[in-house]
Order: sequence, then C-alpha cells, then structure tokens
Amino acid sequence: MSKQFTLDDLKRILLEGAGADESVDLDADILDLGLEELGYESLALLETASRIEREYGISLDEVELTHTLTPRELIDAVNTCLTPSAAA
Amino acid sequence: MTRRRVVITGIGVVAPGGIGVKNFWSLLSGGRTATRGITFFDPAQFRSRVAAEIDFDAEANGLSPQEIRRMDRAAQLAVVAAREAVEDSGLAFGDLDPYRIGTTIGSAVGATTGLDQEYRVVSDSGRLELVDHTYAVPHLYNYLVPSSFAAEVAWAVGAEGPSTVVSTGCTSGLDSVGHAVELIREGSADVMIAGASDAPISPITMACFDAIKATTPRNDDPEHASRPFDGTRNGFVLGEGSAVFVLEELAGARRRGAHTYAEIAGYASRCNAFHMTGLRPDGAEMAEAIDVALAEARMNGDEIDYINAHGSGTKQNDRHETAAFKKSLGDHAYRTPVSSIKSMVGHSLGAIGSIEIAASVLAMEHHVVPPTANLHTPDPQCDLDYVPLTAREWATDAVLTVGSGFGGFQSAMVLTRPKRSV
Amino acid sequence: MTRSVVVTGLGVVSPNGLGAKEFWTATLAGQSGIGPVTRFDASPYPVRLAGEVPGFTAREHVPSRLIPQTDRMTQLALTATDWALADAGVEPEELPEFDMGVVTASSSGGFEFGQDELRKLWSQGSQYVSAYQSFAWFYAVNSGQISIRNGMKGPSGVVVSDQAGGLDALAHARRQIRKGTRLIVSGGVDASICPWGWVAQLAGGRLSTSDDPERAFLPFDAGARGHVPGEGGAIVILEAAEAARQRGARIYGEMAGYGATFDPAPGSGREPGLRRAIELALADAGADPAEVDVVFADAAAVPELDRSEAAAIAAVFGPRGVPVTAPKTMTGRLYSGAAPLDVAAALFSIEDGLIPPTTHVTARPDHRLDLVTGAPRTARVRTALVLARGYGGFNSAVLVRA
Repeated sequence: MSKQFTLDDLKRILLEGAGADESVDLDADILDLGLEELGYESLALLETASRIEREYGISLDEVELTHTLTPRELIDAVNTCLTPSAAA
Repeated sequence: MTRRRVVITGIGVVAPGGIGVKNFWSLLSGGRTATRGITFFDPAQFRSRVAAEIDFDAEANGLSPQEIRRMDRAAQLAVVAAREAVEDSGLAFGDLDPYRIGTTIGSAVGATTGLDQEYRVVSDSGRLELVDHTYAVPHLYNYLVPSSFAAEVAWAVGAEGPSTVVSTGCTSGLDSVGHAVELIREGSADVMIAGASDAPISPITMACFDAIKATTPRNDDPEHASRPFDGTRNGFVLGEGSAVFVLEELAGARRRGAHTYAEIAGYASRCNAFHMTGLRPDGAEMAEAIDVALAEARMNGDEIDYINAHGSGTKQNDRHETAAFKKSLGDHAYRTPVSSIKSMVGHSLGAIGSIEIAASVLAMEHHVVPPTANLHTPDPQCDLDYVPLTAREWATDAVLTVGSGFGGFQSAMVLTRPKRSV
Repeated sequence: MTRSVVVTGLGVVSPNGLGAKEFWTATLAGQSGIGPVTRFDASPYPVRLAGEVPGFTAREHVPSRLIPQTDRMTQLALTATDWALADAGVEPEELPEFDMGVVTASSSGGFEFGQDELRKLWSQGSQYVSAYQSFAWFYAVNSGQISIRNGMKGPSGVVVSDQAGGLDALAHARRQIRKGTRLIVSGGVDASICPWGWVAQLAGGRLSTSDDPERAFLPFDAGARGHVPGEGGAIVILEAAEAARQRGARIYGEMAGYGATFDPAPGSGREPGLRRAIELALADAGADPAEVDVVFADAAAVPELDRSEAAAIAAVFGPRGVPVTAPKTMTGRLYSGAAPLDVAAALFSIEDGLIPPTTHVTARPDHRLDLVTGAPRTARVRTALVLARGYGGFNSAVLVRA
C-alpha cells in the first residue's frame, strides 16, 4: 500500500512551513489556483517542497516550482512519486 | 565649503587563487579560475559541492598563535589584507592621531564557520538541545558578535577612531567602503581602514544555499562551475576572501605624495523592498543606486569606461543587473565592457564587494579589464559586452561597480582616476 | 548648514514593557523585567537570570506568512517598527518610497533560528535545513524585513558593534537624512536567549552568576559582578526636522550629537576612548558639558569597566557634576537594543522632567558619580547624553535635546 498525498496534507505543510496570507482562505476551493495567487512565492514553494520531500522520502527535483503551479498539480506530482511503479 | 574627497592609497587582497594583490591580479588578468571541488570538509551530502577556497596558512601570513586561536577565519583574512593595505599605502600610522583613524569591515555572515564548528562541539553533533558550555572555546563571544572583526583590524593598525562592522548581506563589501567614505567626508576621520571579509565555506552555509538552490550543482566540472551571464549558468559558486583598503582624504594624500589608486567619487545604496532573496527583472532599485552614485560623482553614465558587475551567475541576478545597466547608462551600456570576476574567484558573500572594488581599481591601474571566465554561450536576455574568457586592454578611467544582496540591498560605487588638476 | 534630525516615533519591546508608554511607566515605577530564564531550561548553566520580553505572541503582531521565516528578534523588530510608525503618525504608503530607509544595528542576528537549523544540520542532515536559513539568522535581516514590509527603498544599512552599535545605527540614519533622505527607521532589537546563545554569551565572561533578580545586575555598586543579559530594544523614527514640522508631527527631540571611538589595543597603557567619544558628541552638537542634564550610562557592572566609565564621565563633567542613571538595571543589557532603548528613556525624561532610577544600586563613593537611585528624580531635562560600549572596545555617545 502506498501513502497518498492529499490536499489536507498540503495545507498542513504549507501552514507549518510558510503560514497563510491573511486575505486567503485555504479552506475555500483552491485546488486550481496558482500557489502564487494564494500568497506563496518562490521561497515558500522551496520550503514546502523540501518539507514534502523529507516527510515522504521522495525527490521533487524534476517538478518545476513555478509560480503558476497549482495545488492539484503539486499533489499529483507528489502522488506520482509515491506510486511504486514510478519508482521502478 | 568644498567637499572632502576620498582616495584609495593602499590595497590588500586575500582571495581564492592567490594571496596578495599581485597574485590576485595575475589570476584575474590571466582569466584563470580558482573554483574547485570542496576540500574543507566532506561535501558528499550537499547538492552543490564546489567552492572557491583559499589555500591560506595563517602563520605563514604573519599571524601569531594567539591571534589564530582567537580569530575566526574571516577575521584572519581581514587582518592579513589590512596589513598588506597599510604597507602598500606607505602611510606612517605611528605619526597620526589614532583618533583620526577609523575602521569599517563588511561581513555578511560573520564568524559562520567558527560558529558552525563550535556548535557541533558543544551540541555533540546536534545530540544535545541544551548545549554544553563546558566545551565552549573561550573566544566564542567573538564569533557570536562579529564586530570582533573590526576590533582585530583596528588593533592591528592602531586605529582608535570610529569602528564598526557593516553587515548588509552581499553588499556589505561595497557598503563598508561607502560608509568609510562618508565618515571621512563628514570629518569624523582622516584615514579609514575599510574593506570586508567572509569565510563562509562551511556545512551550514552550503546547506542553506542548497535549500534554495542558489548555488550551482555543476559538480562534475568545478573549474568551470561559475558561469555568470552564460546561457547555461545555474547558480553561484560560494567563495571566501577579503579585501581591505587604506582610504584617505585627498588633500592629505597629496601632501604626503602618496600614490592614489583611485578616487571614490560616488556611492549609493538602495533597497528593493520586494523580497529577501528574489529580484524583480526590471532592476529599478539598482538603477536608482547607480543614478545617485553617478550624481554624487557629478558624472554622466556615458563617462563610465567599465562596469564591474555583481554577476553572481544566478539567472535572476544576471538579467536584473543587465536591465539596471541599460536603465542607467542607456545606449552607452552596450558600448561598455561589463565583467564578473565571480567567474574566477566565486561569490564570497559580503567580502566580494570589496574584492570587486580592488579589481576595479586594478583595472584602472593597468588599463586592463578582467574577463568573465566560462562565458561561452550567450544568454539572449543578457545582451551586453561581458568580456568573455580573456582580459582586454581598455582605457579605463572611470569604473562602476555594483552589488546586490539578500535583504533587497542594491549598492553602486563610482571609482575614478584622480585628476592631477584638482 | 547641516539638516537638523529629530525623533518623531518610538516603538519599544522591553523586558519591563511591551510598548513605549508601558516601558516608561514601568521604568518610572522601578519595575524590573529581570527574572529566571523561562525560554529554556537554564538550570545546567552558571547563569540563570535574564531580561525576557514577556507576553509577546508573534501571531498577534506579525503576519502569518512571515512567522516561519523569522527569528524572534525580527518578530519583535517588525512589531516595534509598526508601533514606532504609528506613534509618529507616518503612513509609509503615503511617502515616496525612495525617501524612506532603514538602518538597524544587530549583535547576533537571528541566533535562535540559526541554532535550530544548526541542530537539524548536525543531527539530521543538510536536507533538513530550512529554505529561510540563508537570511533569517543573518545580521541584515531586520533592515531587510522592515524595508520589505513597509515599502521603504531609500538608503539602508546594518551596523554591528556590539552594544555600541545601537547608537552607531542612529548616527548612520542621521547621516542619510542629512544627505537628503526624509525619514529613516532606525534602532536595534536583539534576542539570543536560547541555549546556544547562552553558551556564546557566557564565553564573554561578563555575565552575573547571581540568582537574585534584585542583586544580580548592580552597575557602579560595590557588589557589581557582571550583567544580566536581556532581549528586546527600541525602534526609532528619525526625520528631517523641517519635514517633521511641516507635517505637524510631534517631536520628541533632536538627535543633536554623536561621537564614536575605539579603545587602544590591550596593554597599550593608553586611556580608553569613552571620554573622547563624549567630547566628540558634545562638540558635534555644539553643546557645553554644563548643558547636559543627565547621562544614561553604559553600566557594564564589571568593576573595571564601571571605573573607567565613571572616570570618563567625571573627566568631562567633573566629580558628581551631572546626574547619571542606568534604567537598564530593570531590563538587563540588550546588546544592540540597549542604547536605542536608553534614547527612548532619555526622550521621555525630557518630556516628563523625570530621570528614571538605577534600581537596587548603591553607588560606590569612589566612582564620584551623582547616580540617580531609588526613585525617579524631578529635573528640568533639556539635553541628555546616552553612552554605549561594545565588547572589544567600541565606544559611542549620542546627545539628544529638546
């Protein structure tokens, strides 16, 4: 059984590693918004990616952390890394 | 009242590839690089494993065992550079009122290397949260507060005027000298020992730049890893070093018949108020710093003969400053050689601004512009004349040198050949 | 003609008061912020008292996005800046961005943040080090974060000269205003009350090992035995006097004089530089020693350093020639934050005509100081001198006047 990475996991890690902009509601429908729109700039993305890498034991080196990256894309990328076939 | 003018009358450099001004200039004018695979510690766990290290023997460079014990490596480099500068100036320090001699030393990260090593000891490699004071070295306070660097230099030269460390990240080396110029101009000192030093090649520094992917992972080709303005660049190469100057008020320097390398004609620092590490592509705040420095020098942009760039080799920086040069110098930017010595000596954080002042002054002294090494593949977004690979003979009477640092600091300095007539 | 530079806003984060008013009320009442260390278990160490800033909850003052990337000293500094700007009645967005700068002092940067990352590096590995480490601990962090948060693009700077740096920053800020910038946010906030900071401070050899909050930090007293370290400081809004008057700002006082020197190398036998720094500050302000109504002392509480400070004051002002005080007996020494806090106290002294006391101290008669002890002293205060010395030999003096 492989672990799944969910939106709740992402929100938890974002809050721990980068907080949340006061004007942004992370509990709203955010899956397809750019992370930059949600108030997360390059450093926040690097910190978030590195926290995910450590917690899940994966490498996100191939994922381009652009400001247009959405939560859905990041979650999918993490889950691809977590799928055993992808590691093979 | 006419403004007091400030000139450089002595230079000392300790940089990768050679200790002393002569060796430093030989490396730069030869277009050779001093970057290599890290030897100071086992770099296996790091993403970036290259650095510009100095082969520095403190004792052979005149430091006593007591000095070596109590000083972090960066302080040692600063004292050695200061002694060379003082000797080079020919100024008889013993004849001066010590209260009229001040010290400013720039450093971005202070005694990071010493702190990293000592933390490892007192924490038993991170096992102890309550670190053990009984294992601490007696001089640990000198690492905690890096004003100890300015103190060491002041003691070494007998300065008792205003002294401080200037720590504005990677513009520290420009801002420290700029600060010293202001002190002489306002009359707080007649002579300043001013420069900068950093010796950050240590696991904690490698780790923090790894974490933001700021340093290059080009580990298989360390000699060519620092590639400012090249289309294939992918981050900077960490370096270390120090440059220190003797600054004097022009009239005093003339009276004693000193060799005046250059006048510091203009200086300014501004903030981008944007991001602790990021840069906007338009370079507006660096351009503002350049404009103010030129105005202070009472010069137009088209009087600049050479631009000594920040040129760190990150994609963001190189575009940012290219935009700033165009904004401030207009079309003249395209006709002006621009180069980055970080391609050869790496990026020594706060020290590099002073090391680049030294390179700028030597370019005027020799009428030779140092090259940007490793520049083979132009980046279409960096479309100025970056003096690729080999040094260029070039009539150089006025140089613009700039720096850009974490925290958003943007600094610019204009150096000119002092004119006989004034 | 040099431009006159005035203080129009104060933001204080002190062990005996969060907020400028709170600090001043506590200081006049002799309320101390010194107590047992609560931020970590100090029981294994020979020093167990500190001046901690109580009741500061970052979430209440600092945006959520900034909290993971900042050390406590930056959180305190950002908060003090907000308060200082509000006190000055300045809305940064209403002023030209290049006309506002930030010049702060620091002694040890974000040391606790650095400690935590060093621990991760050595116990877990480099990939555990935070993306924020590259700037969160370094000395320039407060100037950078303050400039970003408030949109200030003017000349900025950071000085490190241990305790003297707090005054050197104010002087550098004044220099930038004299060169034409309208407003500079200045001052200093330091905090390194964490195990690693504690061990590094212990190595300086100047900390008091007493466990009695009322007897631990006794400058100029026969029982002087070192200082209690503290955290916090003050942020000061400096403005060009004409600009401040034009906008009808309330003016606390003028930053009228500054002088700085460095002590001769140990063993030289030459006089330490503090007297000369005081004389330079007086000359810079065009003030006669007789005009000075109070001196806020550096107050090292190390017998030899107390003696040399008392000697310098007596040399300039005559024996018992001027009231001297050290309200830092209620806060501990705050490194780069200490002198800006003393400047705040000096300006309140001018405003209220009250000199705050040096608590729990009985001055040694041989220091020949008129030390204000016990209770505040009523006095007409128009001119105040603030002194600060940094480890290694840094001496700075600032003269403020009404």
